[in-house]
Amino acid sequence: MSTNNTDSSILLEMKNVSIEGYSDETWHPIINKVNLSIRRGEVLGLIGESGAGKSTLGLAAMGFVRSGCRFTGGSVLFYGKDLTKMTEREKQKLWGTKFSYVAQSAAAAFNPAHRLINQTIEASVSHGIGRQDQLQKEAIQLYREMQLPNPEEIGDRYPHQVSGGQLQRTMTAMAMSSKPDLIIFDEPTTALDVTTQVNVLATIRNIVKEHNTAAIYITHDLAVVAQMADRIQVLRYGDTIEESETNKMLKTPKEGYTKSLWAVRSIKKKEKKSKDSILSIENVDASYGSGPKVLQNVSINVPKGGTVAIVGESGSGKSTTARVITGLLPPQKGRIFFEGKKLEANLDERSKENLRRIQMIYQSPDTSMNPRHTVRDIIGRPLDFYHNMKGDEYTKRVIELLNLIELDESFIDRLPSELSGGQKQRICIARALAAEPVLIICDEVTSALDQIVQEGILKLLLRLQSELNISYIFITHDIATVKAISDEVVVMHNGYVVEQGMKSEIFSPPHPDYTKLLLSSVPEMDPKWLSKILSSQKSKI
Amino acid sequence: MSKLENQYSAKDEVATVFIRRTFFQRALITLKKAPFTAWLGMTIVFIYIFVAVFAPFIAPYGEAQIFKVPYAPWDEIHVFGTDRLGRDILSRLIYGARNTMGIAILTTLLAFIIGGGLGLLAAILRGWIDQLLARFVDILMAIPSLIFALMLLSIFGSTAFNLIIIIAVLDSTRVFRLSRAVGMNVAVMEYVEAARLRGEKISWIMGREILPNILPPLVAEFGLRFCYVFLMIASLSFLGVGIQPPTADWGSMVRETGELIQYAQYDITAAMTPILPAAAIGILTIGVNFVVDWFLYLTSGLKDEHK
Repeated sequence: MSTNNTDSSILLEMKNVSIEGYSDETWHPIINKVNLSIRRGEVLGLIGESGAGKSTLGLAAMGFVRSGCRFTGGSVLFYGKDLTKMTEREKQKLWGTKFSYVAQSAAAAFNPAHRLINQTIEASVSHGIGRQDQLQKEAIQLYREMQLPNPEEIGDRYPHQVSGGQLQRTMTAMAMSSKPDLIIFDEPTTALDVTTQVNVLATIRNIVKEHNTAAIYITHDLAVVAQMADRIQVLRYGDTIEESETNKMLKTPKEGYTKSLWAVRSIKKKEKKSKDSILSIENVDASYGSGPKVLQNVSINVPKGGTVAIVGESGSGKSTTARVITGLLPPQKGRIFFEGKKLEANLDERSKENLRRIQMIYQSPDTSMNPRHTVRDIIGRPLDFYHNMKGDEYTKRVIELLNLIELDESFIDRLPSELSGGQKQRICIARALAAEPVLIICDEVTSALDQIVQEGILKLLLRLQSELNISYIFITHDIATVKAISDEVVVMHNGYVVEQGMKSEIFSPPHPDYTKLLLSSVPEMDPKWLSKILSSQKSKI
Repeated sequence: MSKLENQYSAKDEVATVFIRRTFFQRALITLKKAPFTAWLGMTIVFIYIFVAVFAPFIAPYGEAQIFKVPYAPWDEIHVFGTDRLGRDILSRLIYGARNTMGIAILTTLLAFIIGGGLGLLAAILRGWIDQLLARFVDILMAIPSLIFALMLLSIFGSTAFNLIIIIAVLDSTRVFRLSRAVGMNVAVMEYVEAARLRGEKISWIMGREILPNILPPLVAEFGLRFCYVFLMIASLSFLGVGIQPPTADWGSMVRETGELIQYAQYDITAAMTPILPAAAIGILTIGVNFVVDWFLYLTSGLKDEHK
């Protein structure tokens, strides 16, 4: 149970590892001569934006490369033996016993047709680590340590019968089942709500400490890595930028890039009170088909030229509110007013002019742009459709819009698959702007992006607001984003509006219980934050 | 490290940009990797198309030209002999490629226009239109199509026009199901929702948003459906209700020369005569299937590119 490592010998050492990936008929470098070492019982945080090579490096620590990739140099020494020189059979023996891997999406990693407990011990059974009944007992013990409800029975359930957070904890139990020396966590909490994330982080941290297991923790969330890791290694474009102890790294980052990562949570918008309302919904009830009500008596007011942030965890009705406003889901009860006039509930009845003036930007730019259309078609379609632009005028305006979102002409003939995540989201913003709207609904527009990219997008949105006087409805579960961008805040929970008001009012006490929980669950950069929050939650009980 | 400056710029984010290649260059790269069966299939299909297009220049005699000797043996004048009316078998085989394949392609195209269009419509609109179309298709599919086609052809008469329409309608049911299923997967995507929010008409959503994304499975299905249509026409012709004489056609050629097969013990070449059109049908079907298999492999995403 001690946090000090009595045995500080090196468990795994990667020396000058280089990996290449194959695409478009050539080999491209993904990892360039990276060194990484990890001691017994140590947690190493790997951070960097997407495309930095974090996951590739994490898998390489097990001597594994994805299909379409290859080792081109260096060695991975595990107990002094080089994994890159082993045969597949030798490696497979190690993978089930000495190494474990916890994937980002537990929902996709479990087989829906088997009970949880059988999947938890499957690898250990097939590697002959123990007898089935013995392993099952141990699994139940692990469930207890992971603080899963009903540890005796939860293993008999199927993956769809437990929540996302529980599944992620079960997956960690699965990884622990074979008592590995090293676990690789690849963004294990990214897909979870903040309130769930806290518990999962705490249980992962405890279990790793108690079993003195070494771990590599991959994430793009700095606040999370600050809680989990003893040491942090920053990656970018397949190179190591900086590496040091967590405390030292947080206090005195050396490299400019690391500093820029730290500075991310710094945008603040001065809240602005606006009397004019651009859109308001009043007493709206809504449900999908004949199912239960997803929205109950929801009223929201959007000020002209301002930003309303709607916060809440998944299932709180945030996105349903957006569907009601856009007319995709006509409400059962209640009314929508837009620019002082009553707006038709159903999309098909709205005029082209009203459709043009309310635009929407989605969470995932991958699915909101047609993969077969080029940037020119994507941005240009609203120009042609609403403003009847053709020929040179059309191309000129597309380029103007590209410049407005800080991209340039060279992007015009690219397909969405040829853009990075942030660039894709920028194209989606340009598509919304092309219609010249007065209100844009942003549904979790930054949650799929890296922090440094998020900051860029948020800055862009703020700049556009001040230049073009557009109003935003900003749907998000991320409190930092809310603080950065909003004027007014609406807190939603289980289809109700918990609280609504100016940003300064919402973020200063007293809070309703739910708001308090939500606010306290947001990870902070302080490495002691998790311990503090857990003790404060316990003291209340 | 100069690229690691503090400055953040959206333009510099890393993305995989594919090298701009012309269609021809891309085709060449793909062809280089094609397996032997694909090459075999492509060669077969190419030869058939060539023969069909240039039939009048390749065939030694006319399609319905009658010579004095019926059932002439295989010799220099008539390479594969003549049939019971004294028509040159080789010439009829060559013209048959044109007729049978031409009608099959027309029919398949029509089946795709009807089935694909309605399938996409059902996928987008859902609701009662979808139910109505789907149930109607179920009814059509419940009746064995060869028997149904026979019945309809005897009601409406065996003209080439009727043949095309009837087989196209019966075959469009399969196309409907496929395009509805794959179309539905795309219709729920956010970019389709975005198009609806923009106020786009249904024709735009069908043609510009959904169709380009479901083209690969539809093209593969086109190849397979072509084979089925082709076999169906041959079967109907064999039964005497398909393509009518004097138009040369492989199915009816099998029927007309079929009895020769029983003389195999006296004259093996004569007995081979009905095998020739049957083989023409079989080889094309295999060839098209080879090409379709390869195409499906390329587009399905189930491949491992590097092994």
